[in-house]
Amino acid sequence: MNIRHHLSDPLLIAYAAGNLPEAFGLVAATHISMCDDCRARLGAFEAVGGALVEAESVALSAGCLEATLARLGMPETTKPLAKRSNLPAPLADYIGGDLAAVKWKPLGMGVRQAILPTGSGASARLLHIPAGQAVPDHGHRGTELTLVLRGAFRDATDRFGPGDLEIASEDLEHTPVAEAGEDCICLAATDAPLRFKALLPRLLQPLFRI
Amino acid sequence: MLLDLAPLSRPYGPVPKPLVRKRPVQVWQGIGQARVSEKASETDWAALLVAVRDRQDKAAFAALFQHFAPRVKGFLMKSGTEAGLAEECAQEVMATLWTKAQLYDPARASVATWVFTIARNRRIDIARKARRPEPEALDWGPDSEPDQADLYETAQETARLTAALSDLPEKQRALIQRAFYGDLSHSEIAAETGLPLGTIKSRIRLALDRLRQTMT
Repeated sequence: MNIRHHLSDPLLIAYAAGNLPEAFGLVAATHISMCDDCRARLGAFEAVGGALVEAESVALSAGCLEATLARLGMPETTKPLAKRSNLPAPLADYIGGDLAAVKWKPLGMGVRQAILPTGSGASARLLHIPAGQAVPDHGHRGTELTLVLRGAFRDATDRFGPGDLEIASEDLEHTPVAEAGEDCICLAATDAPLRFKALLPRLLQPLFRI
Repeated sequence: MLLDLAPLSRPYGPVPKPLVRKRPVQVWQGIGQARVSEKASETDWAALLVAVRDRQDKAAFAALFQHFAPRVKGFLMKSGTEAGLAEECAQEVMATLWTKAQLYDPARASVATWVFTIARNRRIDIARKARRPEPEALDWGPDSEPDQADLYETAQETARLTAALSDLPEKQRALIQRAFYGDLSHSEIAAETGLPLGTIKSRIRLALDRLRQTMT
């Protein structure tokens, strides 16, 4: 896979620190599952966490070790991993299977979406955009992460193919268009509602929770 | 004379690869019973954790506990956890290290790094009862025993990183600490850490490349 658009350092650090909203964490984990570069960068940032753990020490109360020794469970044995899905494992976990298991809802113009259940702070959804079709022009109040799973899309900034991650900040107004030939399926997460320019999508927004 | 000649037999040839032990673990057998000095290095921690992993060595576990449990407690307190809860979590983190030792591979992460990831996940559980989506686990297979060169390399990296961290200007170090203690959101985190992470990244990348080759 030839991935050209990656997680930024701040996103990876926040993920390594365990401080991303769950929906962003899902996008990060899915991208990392597809991208060895980001997996290696994550390992390096986790090493910084390790160095910070080394740096601070606070004395324990007496009997702490004995209490822990008394509660040690049976060591777990590792099982060979079985490939269960045509999607990266973290995403398959949220869908409960592969793409065939997704319960799509129509968004109009042939675009379909499926909201994924995540905790507060940000929301995640799958988007299915027919080949050649545009997603309505929109801006963002916060950050929007869009990870391509199938097909590709283009917007004013660049082309995004499988595994590519677009990080759209507040100032980006864009109209992503799915490339001709193959439908585009994306995993998207936002930490604020999108801002559509046209009235109709804006009216539909509360209905579709986008 | 003959003895002198031996090292000269290939003076300019390629440097021979150090002999790789298939099971370097053997080298450390019994270390769990030995008294661990205050200045035990990263290779020692890795060896102790491997003893836990391969032989459920409780003495090795105790030595790891003495070193890491107070540090996990310190880390969690810095992350805003109250002392009593931090100590309880430190115990849970160490108990997890025991049960999940099978997942530890000294060639890919230092013990401190691995302990950090367990503590981080525990902190997420306490803080918001949210799930943490994890990247797809990779099947490193049964033949991924690290060699001594890898262990040495990881230990060196850890030492370099620790030194670099303490050499940073106070303000920059404080920002990194706040990011890892969970005080900063991704939009508040600076893009540059100023830390030498290139070698760690390359080593992990190389290991991943090797793994992908065996998978195809």
